[in-house]
Amino acid sequence: MSRKAARTAGRRAGPRTLTGAQVVWECLTREGVSHVFGYPGGAILPVYDAMPAYPVHHVLARHEQGAVHMADGFARAGGGVGVAMATSGPGATNMVTGIATAMMDSSPLVCITGQVSSALIGSDAFQETDITGVTLPITKHNYLVTETDDIAPALREAFYIARSGRPGPVLVDITKDAQQGACAFDWNAAEPTPPGYRPDHRPRAGDLRHALDLINGASRPVMLVGHGVILAGAEGLLKAFAERTTIPVAMTLLGIGAFPGSHPLNLGMMGLHGEAWVNEAVQQADLLIALGMRFDDRVTGKLADFAPRARKIHVEIDPAELNKNVQVDVGLIGDVREVLETLLPGVAPNDHSAWLARIEDLRRHATARSIQSFEDDGHLYAAHAIHDLWQATRGTALVVTDVGQHQMWEAQYYRHDAARSLITSGGLGPMGFALPAAIGARLARPDADVWAVVGDGGFQMTMAELGTMVQEGVKVNVAIINNGCLGMVRQLQTFFYGARYHATPLVNPDFVTLASAYGIRGIRVTERAGVTPAVHEAAAHGGPVLLDIRVESDDAVYPMVAAGAGLDQMIRRPAQEAIR
Amino acid sequence: MSSTFVVYVEDKPGVLNRVASLFRRRAFNIESLTVGHTDTPGVSRMTIVVGTDRDGARKVEAHLYKLVNVLRVDDVTSTPAVYRDLAMIKVQATAETRSHIMQLVDVYRARIVDVAPDSLMVEVTGTEDKIDSLLDVLRPYGVIEAVRTGRVAMARGGPRTPRLRRASAALRGPMPRVAREAGHAGPVPLSA
Repeated sequence: MSRKAARTAGRRAGPRTLTGAQVVWECLTREGVSHVFGYPGGAILPVYDAMPAYPVHHVLARHEQGAVHMADGFARAGGGVGVAMATSGPGATNMVTGIATAMMDSSPLVCITGQVSSALIGSDAFQETDITGVTLPITKHNYLVTETDDIAPALREAFYIARSGRPGPVLVDITKDAQQGACAFDWNAAEPTPPGYRPDHRPRAGDLRHALDLINGASRPVMLVGHGVILAGAEGLLKAFAERTTIPVAMTLLGIGAFPGSHPLNLGMMGLHGEAWVNEAVQQADLLIALGMRFDDRVTGKLADFAPRARKIHVEIDPAELNKNVQVDVGLIGDVREVLETLLPGVAPNDHSAWLARIEDLRRHATARSIQSFEDDGHLYAAHAIHDLWQATRGTALVVTDVGQHQMWEAQYYRHDAARSLITSGGLGPMGFALPAAIGARLARPDADVWAVVGDGGFQMTMAELGTMVQEGVKVNVAIINNGCLGMVRQLQTFFYGARYHATPLVNPDFVTLASAYGIRGIRVTERAGVTPAVHEAAAHGGPVLLDIRVESDDAVYPMVAAGAGLDQMIRRPAQEAIR
Repeated sequence: MSSTFVVYVEDKPGVLNRVASLFRRRAFNIESLTVGHTDTPGVSRMTIVVGTDRDGARKVEAHLYKLVNVLRVDDVTSTPAVYRDLAMIKVQATAETRSHIMQLVDVYRARIVDVAPDSLMVEVTGTEDKIDSLLDVLRPYGVIEAVRTGRVAMARGGPRTPRLRRASAALRGPMPRVAREAGHAGPVPLSA
C-alpha cells in the first residue's frame, strides 16, 4: 500500500494512535494547509521529522521573522490562514515582529512553536522562552500545550479563532515531550467549542433603520473603507452600494483595492499622506459611513477636529472598536458583507452630483501641485518610478510594499483595481515586511505578477530572504526605491528637526551585484526613461529580477498632516520652481 | 470614579494573567481584583474594581469579551449589589487596652480570632467604608499588620447573576450586555 493510500485508509478507520508530531501534520492537512513557512530547531524537530509523510510543502526561510511575514503575505494574497513554524527560545522570539504585524492588521495566522520538555519548563533550560507570555498582548489567543492529547483540540481551535470574526494570529506552543508522546487521534472529537468566544455578531434592526435614514438623507456623504471590506469579501457589494447611492469612496491604506481605483466614485487614500481632496472631502462631509476600518490615528489626524460636521455610521465586526477613537452616531456590529447585504435593498438611488462636483473641484486644484504634472528635469523621482511601474504592469500586478516613503508613494500613484492586489503593513509598520510577504503572496497566487516595492533601508532588514526566493524558485520581482537614506525618517528630520540628518544616510551595497550573487538578474535604473523598459524586461525574464532604482533623496511625501494637526491642515508639495 | 465588574472566566492556567495583562496593556488601573471558584466546576469568578468612568467601563467590558477564556462580564456598577471586603487586623493590646479594643470590635460586629500576650487579631467583614472606619479607630492602639481581600460583589435578587452550571452554559445564558447592544441575537428583519 502506498503511503497515501495508507493514510486514506487510516483516516476512514476512525481514531488511530499517532505521535504528537504526526497529530500536528494531520491537523494541518485537514485544515487544508498547503504551505508552512518555518525554520527548524531542537525543540520542534520531532514535528519536522514527521513532515515528509504529509502533503504539505515546507518553505525554509532565512529568519523566523521572514517566515511569519511569508505566512502573512500568503494569507493576505490567498484569503486563507497562513502557517509559520519555529523552534523554542530564539526561534519563537524572532517571530514576534511578524506576529505583532499580523495582529495590528487582522491577518489570520497560526504560528506553531516548539517548547522545551514540560519537565524543564520554568528551569531556564537551553532555548527556553515563555513565548505564550511574550506574545500574550500580540496574539488573538495563544496556547501552551504540554500533553499530546491536547494538540489536536488546540490546533483546531487555533485555526477557528484565527480565521473567524476579526481575524488575527494565534500561537500554539507545543512542548517537545508532547510532540514525542502518542495518543489516539480523533479529528471529530477535537471540534472547537470555545465557550466564551462569539464571533457571530449582528447589528440591531433599529440601528440598521437609523443608518438607512442617515444614508438616504445625507447630502455630502463619504464612505471610508478599510481592510475589513477585503477580509469579508465585500468588495462586490461595496461597488453596488456606491453605485446605487453615488456615494464617493475614500480608502485607508489597508482598504486600497476594496474599491476599484479607476472607478469614478473612487477618491483615493485618506489620512496623514492621503490626497488633499480626500481629506478635504472627509472634513466637509455631513455623513461618514465607515466600513471595516478602525479610525486609526494615521487616518483621523487630530481627533477633536475630525470631520466635525459629519454624522458617523460605523460598520465593524469587533465591538471593542466601536467608539474607541471616534464617537459615532450609529454602530453596526457585524460582518461588513452581511451588513451591506442587509442595507442594500433599503438604500434609495440617489444623486449626489453637486457634492461630487465640489470634490472634483478640490481634486483639480490639488492636481496642479501633483508631482505627476511636473516636467522631466533629469531627476528621477520615486513617484514617477512608481507611476511608470503602474503603467508598465497595466495596473494588474500584486504589489507588496514595505514601510516608508515608497509605501506612501505606491499608495498614491499605483492605482489598484482589485482586492488583495496591494499587500502592505499598515498598523505596526515593520520595515523588512515586503520581500518575505511577497514570497508568501506569490506562493499563494502562482499566476500573479508579484512585485516587492521596497526602500533600500527596509530591503536590507530582510534581504537574506532572497535565498529563500531562489531556493523555492519563486518569481518575485523586486523594485528597490533606492534613495540612499532612510527617507521617511529623513523627511521628519527635514520638517521637524531642523534638517539635522543624523543616522539616516545609508552606505549601501551594490544591489545589482548582490542580486547576481544569488543568481538573480539585477538591473540598475538611473533615469526616468529606464523604468518602463526595466519593468518589461523583468516581466519577460523567467526568474526573479531585482531593479535598483536610484531616486532623488531630496524629496518628501506630500501632502502631509503633521502630528497633532487636523486632517485638512496639510503640508502641500511646493510648486516645481520652489524646489529647484 | 470607579466601576465594578463581575467576570466569569474559564478556570484554566494563565487566565488571570490574560485578564491582568489586558488592563495593563490598555492602561486601565485596577483598584482591586479578587478571584475564586464558583459553584460551577471549570468556572472562576472575578470581581474587578477599575478606576474609570462610564465610557472607559464600556471599553473595559468590550475588551474583556475579546479574551477567548472570558465567559461573561457583568458591569454591576449601577445595579443594586452587595459589596463585601474582608480584613484581618493585628493590633497591639496591653492589659489596659484589651477590653477597649474588644468593645470597639463588638460595635463593628467584627470578631477576635487570635489573642497573644501583647496583641489581638481582628477579623472584619463589610463594605470598604466600614473597614476603613474600624482601621481608623484601631490605629491609635497601634496596628501591627493589616490585610484586606479587596471587594467582592454580587448583584441583588435572583435572576441578575446567572448560575453557570457548566462552562458552556454561557452559550445558552442571557445575552452579555455588549453583545446584546450589538444585537447579537437572531436574524435581522428589515422592513425599513
